[in-house]
This record gives sequence, C-alpha cells and structure tokens, in this order.
Amino acid sequence: MTLDPSVIRKDFPIFDRTIRDGKKLVYLDSGATSQKPNFVIDAESDFYRNHNAAAHRGAHQLAEEATGAIESARVVVANFLGGAIDEIVFTKSSTEALNLLAYSIGNASAGNLFHLQPGDEIVVSEMEHHANLIPWQQLAKRTGAVLKWFEVNDSGRLDLSNIESVITERTKIVALTHQSNVLGTIVPLAEIAKRTHEVGAFFILDACQSVPHMPVNVKALDIDFLVFSGHKTVGPTGIGVLWGRANLLNHLPPFLFGGSMIETVTMTDATWAPAPRKFEAGVPNMAQIVGLGAALNYLSEIGMENIHQHEIALTKYTLDKLQEIDQLRIVGPTDTNSRGSAISFTLGQIHPHDLGQYLDSAGIAVRTGHHCAWPLTRKMGVPATTRASLYLYNDESDIDALVAATLDAQKYFA
Amino acid sequence: MELDNLYQEVILDHYKRPQNKKLATIFDAQVHHVNPSCGDEIDLNLLIKNEVVTSITWDGVGCSISQASVSILTDLLIGKSITEAYAIHDNFVTLMQSKGAFSGDESVLEDAIAFAGVSKYPARIKCALLGWMAFKDASVQAQANLN
Repeated sequence: MTLDPSVIRKDFPIFDRTIRDGKKLVYLDSGATSQKPNFVIDAESDFYRNHNAAAHRGAHQLAEEATGAIESARVVVANFLGGAIDEIVFTKSSTEALNLLAYSIGNASAGNLFHLQPGDEIVVSEMEHHANLIPWQQLAKRTGAVLKWFEVNDSGRLDLSNIESVITERTKIVALTHQSNVLGTIVPLAEIAKRTHEVGAFFILDACQSVPHMPVNVKALDIDFLVFSGHKTVGPTGIGVLWGRANLLNHLPPFLFGGSMIETVTMTDATWAPAPRKFEAGVPNMAQIVGLGAALNYLSEIGMENIHQHEIALTKYTLDKLQEIDQLRIVGPTDTNSRGSAISFTLGQIHPHDLGQYLDSAGIAVRTGHHCAWPLTRKMGVPATTRASLYLYNDESDIDALVAATLDAQKYFA
Repeated sequence: MELDNLYQEVILDHYKRPQNKKLATIFDAQVHHVNPSCGDEIDLNLLIKNEVVTSITWDGVGCSISQASVSILTDLLIGKSITEAYAIHDNFVTLMQSKGAFSGDESVLEDAIAFAGVSKYPARIKCALLGWMAFKDASVQAQANLN
C-alpha cells in the first residue's frame, strides 16, 4: 500500500487554516512536534467529556472507565513496541523518562544491579539531544562516574572505530539516540548493543525520532530501555513512554514518590508497587495517555512500514532538490542509507534564523538554531542550522515550496 | 511585503557592514552574552572615560537582527554620556517590549528606530536585545570597576 499525503492531511484539522495572511501551511517541523489528527483530538476530548475520573482510585463507574481507558492504551503501546504490558511506564515526556532513568539509577544503593560508583563509566554520543546528554552528564557528576562519548565524523555518522575503548569493562550505561534530531542519522544499534552487553552494561535508547517514523520492535533490538515521546507521534503533549525489560524495571528504584506507586506506607517507611506502577506516582496524564493510544492506533492503521517508505522516498527527493541550490550545504548524511527525514542545512552566509523568518513569511514552518544539540552543531562547525523535518502528511509539493522560498530568500538577503 | 517591516534596509546594511566589530584591547569591562534558544552570541568590550562612553567594540555570530542591533548600538552610543546612553537603552527596550503599541522616539533612537518592526515578531525580540543587554551588563561592571 502506498500512502497518499493529500488524503492523510484531511485527517489533520490544522491544515484547514492558513498562515501569514492566507498562505497555505507547509509544515516541515514534525521533528519538533507533529500535528494531530481528529482521531487523537477526539479521543482526548471524549475522555474528558465522558469518562473523566482518577484512574486506579475510586469505587465508582467513572473511575472504572478511566482505569480501563488508560490500561487499554498501555496495551496499545506494548503491542506497538513489541514489549509486555507491565514493561510500559507512562511519564509526562520522554525528557522525564530519561531523567527517571538517570535519577533511579542514581538512587540505586550498593548491592543494587544499577549502583554506580566513582570510576564507573557512562557512554553517550556527540549527537545526543540535550535530553539524552545532560541527565547523564549530571548523573556522572553526582556519582563520580566518568562520562565518555562516541564522536561524530564529517559525514554525520558515529565513529565506532574505537568502540572497544569507548565501551569498556567499566561501562555501566550506554545511552544513545536511535536517530539524530539534527542530522537524521540512524545509529547502527546491533554492534553497539552487542558490545554493551558483552561488558555487562545496560543499553538505553532515545527513540524520540525513530518510533514516530519507522517500525521499532524492542525485542528485535537487543536493548534494555527505550523512551519515546507522544507529541512527536501524532499524539498529545504531556505524555512520554519508558519501556524497560521487566526484570530490570523490578530492580530499578523509583524516582518520583507519592500516591499510587506504593505497596504499603507507615510514618517511617514505604515499599513499592510492582512496575510499572512503581514509576507512576500521582494521578497520571490520563487524557493524554488515551490520546497516545489513539495516535498509535492511527499510525498502525496506516502502517509504520508504509510511513517509513514514504519518508525515505520524500527524504531522497528533498536531499536531491536542496542540493541543487547554490551554496546550500546539507549538515548530515546526503544519502538515504540509514537516514531518517530530519534534514539540516546551511545556506551560504544567510543565518538560519533569517532564513527561517523568510520561510515563515511564505507559510513554511521549519526549525532553526542548534536544535537542543549544541555540542553537535559545534562539532559540525556551524553555529546553527535550518532543519526541515518530514512526516506522513508531507509530500513533494511541500518540498517544492521550500525550495522555491529558499531561492527567493537568497535574492532577498543578497 | 510584510517582512520588509522587519528587515529594514539599515538593518541589512549593518549586518553586511558591521561597525566596531573588532574587539579593542583596552576596556573597562568585557562581557559575553548568548541567546540560549538560538545560539547567537556576542563578546562586547566597553570603555568609559569621564562618564562618557568612549569605546564599544564587539565580535559575535548570529542572525541579522542580533548582529545589526549591536552594530547600530555602537554607532549610537559611542560619544554619549552614560546618562544619555541609558536613556537611549531604556527607550529601545521599551520599544522592543511594546508589542507594536509604541512606535519609538526617532529623535532618541535614530537608526535604531529601524527595529520597531521587530516588536511584532515575539521570537525575534531577544535577538534585537542581545547587544543591548550586553551593553547594560558591561556598563554596570565598568562603573563598578571604576568605583
């Protein structure tokens, strides 16, 4: 089945509006956040209208329905990722999910599987989003662990030539992105996960830029933890997911303490509910969980492989067309081999913020700046880039508009 | 087009031919300011003699709005008394924060009036203010150093 973006766009009400005095919306910023289909908006709204009550609490029908709604969504997420139901933890964001891991690991006392000591090593890469860098950088500072990283080469790929010296017997955690939000690079996981497990470390995957765009199966990947974000996956804001292997979640201490994450409580002590509840203190973001379930059902209906193939074809078209522009330089891989649809570029001396402003005046939404990956843009030798990021509702007409407006911007700022 | 309100010719001119963009070696205060949301940054050196802004020099990377704004600032404030410089500074900040309601005092702001259009683009106000905040910071430090 091929995917028809013009049909898909009809599901997304935002494409009915116009931008900057009547211009068609060309939305090329899905790497920052995706747009939402009516199916998701309606599911979230339906929860508030018809089923709202505090889940896992209360002896009444609405509480039962609310509990049923979020637990059904948990099943949807588990099936979507190929994990078990109890391996799905809902958080408020993927940023929170990564911090949950970093703080929970930091809370692990001596004797716990996750206990960190001075001299232990944590491995990341230069292409991490700040959300998968700073929690580990700061955890290393708190525990005396050493932060190490894979470098990025000129073509925007991870340099794995020194994998044996980066991941060593002292390594406890390897936390990497699945796909760079700046370069689009897809990281080859098999080799890194194998080495990680050889030395007895845990592999944490930041899948924020992959789960929305391609089939991701946790069982097939040989990883230990994965996080992704609802709002980049045509779902609501305020909802992130942590998947972890059941036996590891059992050993991992909790991060946030409070209601409904406990087994028993006295004035002086407490014990924890089994995972995932141990990690879900407080009334959860229920409507957003329900919305996420709807989002993943929507994507599954279209087919993740169809979405992936569509994006590969459109990425190739985009790379080809952009590279015809004088002085335009792609920052990242220029072929579609192990590459997603986040496409960053620079345009001669025109600053990305100025280009972005010009594109906006033509109704085109892109991201400009360092994309919350400042060490990476620095490494690539640019202060900032312009990024077009694609999704299932984009087509060649969007790219043609981007190219035309970019050429106009060159004249405007000449 | 609408965008011309933002990108006034004087702004693009200063962006292409920035003034005083070479850090002087003699200064009372030196500051480094960044805009963390976009990565724009400037270094600014300031020299004040007898209550007069004697030298402002700078270096930086960033968009046309941030870079032109600091360039115009140097043209405008060098030679002014510190009191006059603060008055201009305050007028500029008020203009930027006015959401388009205040059109600015051209007799005070001179070329900096070109940034009036920026106040209608909330995401760009920080760009225009980067150099002005750096100047204010440097002037406070310079005067503290003098005392």
